Amino acid sequence: MVSALSSQKDKEKQTKAAVSRRGFLGSAGVGGGILATSLGAQEAAAQAAANVMGPTEVAITLNINGAATKLQVEPRVTLLDALRNKLDMTGAKRVCDRGTCGACTVMVNGKTVYGCSVLAIDAVGKQITTIESLGGPGKLHPVSAAFIKHDAQQCGYCTPGFVMAAKAFLDRNPNPTREQVQKGLSGNICRCGTYVGMREAVLEAARSMKNA
Amino acid sequence: MPEYSWPPMNKRAVMGKPFDRLDGPVKASGRAKYSSDLNKPGQLFGMFLHSPHAHAKVKSIDISAAKAMEGVTAIRVIAEPGAELQWAGQEVAVVSAVREEIANDAIRAIKVEYEVLPHVVREELLAKVGSRAKAAGEQVTGDPDKAFKDADAVSEGEYGCPVITHCCLEPHGNVVQWQGDTINLWPSTQAVSTIGGDLAKQMQLPATNVKVQMDHVGGGFGSKFPSDKWGSEGAHLSKASGGRPVKIYLDRANELTIAGTRPSAYAKIKMGASKDGTITAWQSESWASGGLGGGGMPPIPYVFTKIANFRLNHTAVSLNAGPARAWRAPNHPQASFLTCSALEDLSAKLKMDPWDLFHKNMDMSPRPEVYRKQLVKAAELMDWKKKWHPRGSETGNIRRGLGLGMATWGGAGHASKCKVTINPDGSIEVEIGSQDIGTGTRTCITQVAAETFGLPMSAVKVKLGDNAFPASGPSGGSTTIGGVSSSTRKAAVNALEKLFERVAPGLNVAADQLEAVDNKIQQKGNPAKGLTWKQACQKLGVDKISELGENDQRAAAKEGLNTSGAAGIQMAEVEVDIETGIVRMRKMVAVQDCGLVVNPKTASSQVYGACIMSICSALMEERVMDRMTGKVLNPDMEFYKLAGIGDIGEIVVHMDITPENDKRGIIGLGEPCAIGGLAAIANATANALGVRVPMVPLTPDRVLAALSMNRRNA
Repeated sequence: MVSALSSQKDKEKQTKAAVSRRGFLGSAGVGGGILATSLGAQEAAAQAAANVMGPTEVAITLNINGAATKLQVEPRVTLLDALRNKLDMTGAKRVCDRGTCGACTVMVNGKTVYGCSVLAIDAVGKQITTIESLGGPGKLHPVSAAFIKHDAQQCGYCTPGFVMAAKAFLDRNPNPTREQVQKGLSGNICRCGTYVGMREAVLEAARSMKNA
Repeated sequence: MPEYSWPPMNKRAVMGKPFDRLDGPVKASGRAKYSSDLNKPGQLFGMFLHSPHAHAKVKSIDISAAKAMEGVTAIRVIAEPGAELQWAGQEVAVVSAVREEIANDAIRAIKVEYEVLPHVVREELLAKVGSRAKAAGEQVTGDPDKAFKDADAVSEGEYGCPVITHCCLEPHGNVVQWQGDTINLWPSTQAVSTIGGDLAKQMQLPATNVKVQMDHVGGGFGSKFPSDKWGSEGAHLSKASGGRPVKIYLDRANELTIAGTRPSAYAKIKMGASKDGTITAWQSESWASGGLGGGGMPPIPYVFTKIANFRLNHTAVSLNAGPARAWRAPNHPQASFLTCSALEDLSAKLKMDPWDLFHKNMDMSPRPEVYRKQLVKAAELMDWKKKWHPRGSETGNIRRGLGLGMATWGGAGHASKCKVTINPDGSIEVEIGSQDIGTGTRTCITQVAAETFGLPMSAVKVKLGDNAFPASGPSGGSTTIGGVSSSTRKAAVNALEKLFERVAPGLNVAADQLEAVDNKIQQKGNPAKGLTWKQACQKLGVDKISELGENDQRAAAKEGLNTSGAAGIQMAEVEVDIETGIVRMRKMVAVQDCGLVVNPKTASSQVYGACIMSICSALMEERVMDRMTGKVLNPDMEFYKLAGIGDIGEIVVHMDITPENDKRGIIGLGEPCAIGGLAAIANATANALGVRVPMVPLTPDRVLAALSMNRRNA
């Protein structure tokens, strides 16, 4: 639909390629963000000598929710998979795995990104914020609390992504209209159909965050 | 015989109140652990190799390179040489490895030679499916030929809705560990109590040797009942890897390709009526496919089952495509769409308001009075009579229209057992082998127990999602709420009676003269003669009371706990831009029949959600098969479209919660509300455009094609 296509996150969407991201990155290796196969053989060799990482696991440090976290990942591993498989931070979910549904929404340097569309090694040196940084059941973030009050979740698998998207949206736009809420959350998808409660929840969270 | 029936509606303190769902905090804070979130010690990653061909024979398969890869712990061939594969995506082999990336590499290193065979993957043109068509016998009632001859108006139309997929956000899969003679299974399932037995059977183990645990499931919609290949193959991989747990989940492309579809439904329908709008005849030639097994006839004519003269012909079409699974109200949305579309076209032919036509003919349905009331209520909420205009009377570039669709469903409770324990400290524990698939089952069970004991919600702890607990049925057919509420009620009443017996002598009141209300056990109606709940439970000393309760499906209606039969009307108002072909939702109204509603908040969320699912299937969802390669062209979420938050318009839900309905006991409603919306939106679009768009989803290309066809014919 039009609104989904007008998402801010469109830039990050991956186009469907004949070769999948994982396969391509896996076979090519990654040299400082430049794909080795796009260079001439000599240049590639020079690059390789300079700063090629992988293909085996490399040690990196990620700054997650304010804490420096060391881990070993292959260069092709996404930030999402690193969080889920290496660090047991499973609030962000893997659903479409290609930057469409928003279930993996996290913040990098204050901006929402799809965790499935960022490599873990590219997140080094950046401030990563996940839903685990928001309050847990005993001390809920106002957005989470409003989602509960308005029953803006059923199976709940999309919910952490929506909560992160809503939080980031309200950080940027603390006084949204209903239309702005709809635009602001158009980069995420819910299958159970909880949008009616969600519209109310985000508007209410805006009010309660202002009063806090 | 204890008295199990529900307390009167006006006396309930907890049931019928809109409590927030109890698993809300863990879910909305990202702390809920779905099985796909588990990271067990030593956990391996499993992955399938899927067939790239829609129909092929395996000639040879070479796993040596994959097997030799460092980090690969096990590899199994599923389709041995000679095996015939019947759809793209079918499982060919499976590997486990210490990292997901290695499993992925290993899958790529498997060399398979296929003998590619001819396939058929599309069924929208019945003439093109050749030998894949299998006609069912003709059914005739009355004299349809004479009825059509005598009819004042005859309308004919073609309608189709394609295969759609469940697209559960948590993909199908599980974590599974086979150690010694025991399998531990952490699935993503709608069937906690039966999935273990299903897996045990395949593994030739006693059912008790499969332990199942699951806290949450990320969507099922009917597609998550069996243990599937991820269960059995995952278990084999685990065993072959020294008993390490294996996590094996489908990626999105395979999730949309093989993990469940709703069958298509197409039909040419002819209807006849007299001048006053009385329906006199129906004739349909329908066809459908749900994959290799073909597809049965949806229950048409839907709701209007007593049309005097009809002729039905149906053809099942076998396709080389991923198999069908139950999909929220199996075959009903399709039947509603086909029937209500034909009715709308008939009323256009008669130049009648379809509301009048539906209302007039309701005696042909099993529950005329209920539907008529609902039609009136829905019309009021939609402002139908003021907004409705005849087809073709809109002439601008932006055209509005109204449509309606109908639903019917059962919804009686499934077989369910439950254990309720009263502890000496006064706490209550409920154990039940059920699952909360997002419908609020945990919350509702808690409400039933709290109500029965006269306690607040916080006094009750519900444990579900474990097959060690008393068995409860799978969550399908809208049977869970009736089943689990009834078994919980009975177990709680049984436990309470035991407690009454213990405290009665001290109070000098007969046990059957006691009641549990407001945190107290007291003589009925006499708060002065009683104990606080805590004091009463202290009388248990070190004992606890544990009692079972069972929903016996034959006795349930007599006990008044749960029954079946849910009607529903949905209306849609759309706005169509005839220059772009884009259909937008303005408003939906859902009037939903119900029985006793345990939690109106989670119940109405079901209805809101179902309306939105109807919007998805009416405007966006379609599994597109490639005739040439036999593959799904859109196994992803950018081209397999679902509605976003800005696509839904206004949605008004009216739950028929009345004292009269309450007396029917509990009736499931997850499914009936997911039926009528598709027809309503399709009809609203026809009303707006003045022409029927035969196929849903109502994508811009189809809308523009229908408009240009109409101009050519004019």
